[in-house]
Amino acid sequence: MGRSTVVATAPVELDLPQSEVDVVPDKPWITIVWNDPVNLMSYVTYVFISYFHYPQAKAEKLMMQVHEEGRAVVSNGSREEMERDVAAMHSYGLWATLAKDD
Amino acid sequence: MSDEVHGFIISSTGRIILRIDVIERGLLMSLLEQLMELVAPEEADEDADPLARMVGIDAQASPPQDPVLARLLPQAYRDDEQASDDFRRFTERSLREHKQFNARTALDSLVGSGAKVTLSPQQAQAWLGALTDVRLALGVRLELTDDNHDALLSLPDDDPRAASVHIYDWLTYLQETLVRCVLASLPETTLE
Repeated sequence: MGRSTVVATAPVELDLPQSEVDVVPDKPWITIVWNDPVNLMSYVTYVFISYFHYPQAKAEKLMMQVHEEGRAVVSNGSREEMERDVAAMHSYGLWATLAKDD
Repeated sequence: MSDEVHGFIISSTGRIILRIDVIERGLLMSLLEQLMELVAPEEADEDADPLARMVGIDAQASPPQDPVLARLLPQAYRDDEQASDDFRRFTERSLREHKQFNARTALDSLVGSGAKVTLSPQQAQAWLGALTDVRLALGVRLELTDDNHDALLSLPDDDPRAASVHIYDWLTYLQETLVRCVLASLPETTLE
């Protein structure tokens, strides 16, 4: 499964806001993958390569972080993007959540 | 299971193959059928908004009571039940369908196959997902943790969990060998 190319669209603003900042930028959100006793290290690496298209070295580094520290931030972006990533991780059987990056 | 355990290998022509005997094949098919039944989407409410049903949105959603389903269909937010439920309303149906599709694809590749199962790259991907889901389900039922695998392995044969532990280990071996095949088949550019 590739990364979804569907782009979330914002509702059209008819009355342009007068503020200097037209759009409040979406606060960055993060996708966290958690360690679990079942998923194989090789499979987790495969998922990071297959879905995020990360190079093998980066995928392995993130996998080791999940394994050793119990969790790793694997992507960041808008809330909608992170919900897509979390849904994808669940479809691969990885345990993932999203959160606001405070 | 035969004494000689085979995993997935890449054939000389570059295809992913698995050699299994009739008992192993029957066991895999049974596990995959159980998985399909387990993740089957719940019947849509007759009174539900037809448009919402059509696009796969559920009127209500709550975390599954069954710990196996709760692991296969996890909460998307750690500390926000409301957001998790909303996420579930919009995604759980398609997640269940995705998992069913994986199990169905793996099952189809076994139906009518002989001792040699040959997988396309797409089938291999579905197999990886389905093997993961079956192992997750067994792992929850066995209450597997990072530390108790050896203890589970040394259960006496008359313990009801003993057979499941051996099946779990066999599936782990199948998945490990399949991941290796799939990673080896990726284009070189991915592995820089």
